[in-house]
Amino acid sequence: MEATKPNILQVRDLHVQVRTTEGFSTLVQGINFGMKKGEILGLVGESGSGKTVTSMSILQLFDQKNMKIEGSITLQGRELNGLQTKEMREIRGKEIAFIMQNPMNAFTPVFTIGHQFVETIKSHTSLTKKQAKELAIDVMKSVNLPDPNRLLRKYPFQLSGGMLQRVMIAMAACLRPSVIIADEPTTALDLHNQLLVLQLLDKVRSEYGTSILLISHDLAVISEMADDVIVMQHGRIVEAANVFELFDHPKHECTKQLLNTRPTFNMEQQTITLMV
Amino acid sequence: MTVRKVVKPMSLLQVKEVTHSYNAKKLFTWKDQSKKALIDVSFSIEEGTCLGLLGTSGAGKSTLGKVILGIQRPQHGRVLFQGYDIYHASKMIQRKIRRDLQVVFQDSYSSVNPRMTAERIISEPLQNYENLTLSEQKRTVISLLERVGLSEKDLKKYPHQFSGGQLQRVNIARAIALKPKLIVLDESVSSLDMVTQSLILQLLRELKDDFGLSYLFITHDIKAAFSISDTFGVLEKGELIGLYDSKDQLFASKHPVVERMRDSVLAEHPRLRTLRARGNLV
Amino acid sequence: MSAKFRDILKSQKVIVLCSLILCGLFLITILAPWLAPNDPVLVNLAHKLEPPSFHYPLGTDHLGRCTLSRILYAARISLGYAMLIFISALSIGLIIGMIAGYKGGWVDQLLMRFGDGLMAIPSLLFVLGFVGIWGAGLKQVILGLILVQWVYYARVIRGMVLSLKEQNYITAARISGSSSWTIMKKHIIPNVLPPLAVMGTLEMGWAIMNLSSMSFLGLGVQPPTPEWGAMIHEGKSYIRTNPTLMLYPGLMIMLVVITFNLLGEALSERFGVKRR
Repeated sequence: MEATKPNILQVRDLHVQVRTTEGFSTLVQGINFGMKKGEILGLVGESGSGKTVTSMSILQLFDQKNMKIEGSITLQGRELNGLQTKEMREIRGKEIAFIMQNPMNAFTPVFTIGHQFVETIKSHTSLTKKQAKELAIDVMKSVNLPDPNRLLRKYPFQLSGGMLQRVMIAMAACLRPSVIIADEPTTALDLHNQLLVLQLLDKVRSEYGTSILLISHDLAVISEMADDVIVMQHGRIVEAANVFELFDHPKHECTKQLLNTRPTFNMEQQTITLMV
Repeated sequence: MTVRKVVKPMSLLQVKEVTHSYNAKKLFTWKDQSKKALIDVSFSIEEGTCLGLLGTSGAGKSTLGKVILGIQRPQHGRVLFQGYDIYHASKMIQRKIRRDLQVVFQDSYSSVNPRMTAERIISEPLQNYENLTLSEQKRTVISLLERVGLSEKDLKKYPHQFSGGQLQRVNIARAIALKPKLIVLDESVSSLDMVTQSLILQLLRELKDDFGLSYLFITHDIKAAFSISDTFGVLEKGELIGLYDSKDQLFASKHPVVERMRDSVLAEHPRLRTLRARGNLV
Repeated sequence: MSAKFRDILKSQKVIVLCSLILCGLFLITILAPWLAPNDPVLVNLAHKLEPPSFHYPLGTDHLGRCTLSRILYAARISLGYAMLIFISALSIGLIIGMIAGYKGGWVDQLLMRFGDGLMAIPSLLFVLGFVGIWGAGLKQVILGLILVQWVYYARVIRGMVLSLKEQNYITAARISGSSSWTIMKKHIIPNVLPPLAVMGTLEMGWAIMNLSSMSFLGLGVQPPTPEWGAMIHEGKSYIRTNPTLMLYPGLMIMLVVITFNLLGEALSERFGVKRR
């Protein structure tokens, strides 16, 4: 049974506050969820509902002086909350990879993709430069990126946003992280590139058994990808359910609103008319 | 060139054989690096309808929008607005056309001057065209704000005090201030979250009916285009590869570009998902 | 947050302090005739090179003129003409930079290449050239400094206008029917002026330094008019017997230049914080 499998990532009672001039202000509260191996957990909500705060807390990317993060975040039984910066740096990238909305920001424009790829691998493993490059090409081949050798010689600005995002994901997959956090990975892309990126994410999941926390405001992305879904509003989780359950029987008003207000073009009807 | 009037069935906007290339010729490079952005594009928009212009990034959609707005003179071809060639009309007519052609851009924040309040932003076109007293102007701005779903309280707010969706409403208010005939919506809803997006689309649909507006809805999102457009055009690498009079026609198209666009649309329900096998739980 | 807050406060303290000092100095320049105990150009050889006394608080120079009075009157020359240089250079730079940035094309090329040509010649050479043509004098020096200085403003303003021009709100304003002049007035100048004020504060120090060095070399202010640079020049023959003749005007130059620089730095830092 699924339930007996231990959770890879477990978040319990996460409570994040930010220091302002008038004391602390709460950003998210009472966040509880767990992720199993090879599962995709969708995190959905309007902008400003606390999705990104949650992911940043898991990665411990906040300045600890100004933020108060309470609760427990365990990765394979190891507590992450309160870890030293140095230890966390080793975990980031190696154990938890992060895919952000704009891939352009993730690369330095002055080095080739290959250089940055190899440096990332080398900083987390004891591989030599040659081995690192071979690993990079292997991974890129296994996730169906076209012509890895040529790609590695390119500079970031020579690639389109969609291609860069796919390279980013391949780079993240190289170190076999147990969890990938993808924060709006397709929002800046057009629909075709969105499809390619999602395909790639799923490929990484099935190939390496990676768990993915997929953050999006777009329910279509969630419905394609997720196993379970968390709906957030005003910094709280308002609904958590299996994806089928959520789409068939939404319980919370916010979920219903999300489901009802999206631009539809009624694929069900269209597929039927197309099949006739 | 003389002003040409087209007598019979006059579309609101006619784009005729427009070709435009960006000149990338640099000092010290001999070869001509000009890039064709638009190749022989022709179409028309009827009064009170919305043309959805679809295309991937870099297909030349935004260039076409600029050409129609009269801010990017094309090297070849003509743009006729109510029968007048917008690049060859007299100054007076150009000024009148200017007033009937408005725009809403994708990035709401860069579309407004960060140092101006909503009131000043929206009253800018009014100051240029209407001779209103200050109190009349203020009343007009308030009614515009209310029309787009904001309120009098927002008059004195600065752009950074609005959310992206609210600011896009301010942009829409500025665009409809002069009661134009055609509004170019250049990816106007693309960077908003889904809920905000459909609310803004709803507003645009209402305005279209209330004021008899026409839209050129530029987008890469076939779904968004579907919810507002009456006719469709697909742009690929600067060429208009197809014009479709209805959603059904677009759906029936066998053109590979249209097919790819259609196939890129994600399922609306997990039961219809294609990326992952149904119920795949490893 | 708190650390940043403290930094702002700290720099605000600097801003307040520097502004106070500068206000004091400007007050002195205005009130010089009432504050000065003696006539600054009155020669009295009977009292030459006297130590400080009740009648001459800072002593007298080699011609028996009151040092304090001369320093006070000299502040009028230094600050006043530095202000003149700053305002004229800024106005010329603003107009030319805006035209070049907004018009673009060959107008831009012509103006900027002309500016580059001027910048290739050091300011000292310029002043020397003018002095060679019209003889030594304050007018020539000021003209030379303005001619060199406006190019810096023009280049910075052109850059800012170029990047502003790409903003959608300029396009939107054009589409709303605003004329070029309205766009300049409403959208470009208000966005360009604040960083210019910061830059100007830094440049004031530069202008005072240059004015004084030119006078020190004997090219600028001609005797008997008091000016700090000229006073150092006159005092240098008595460096062994009466070093204070050089010390006081030197200290004044240092005070003014450091104050302007600190204020400029603090303003630009604060401005940077404000811009997010």
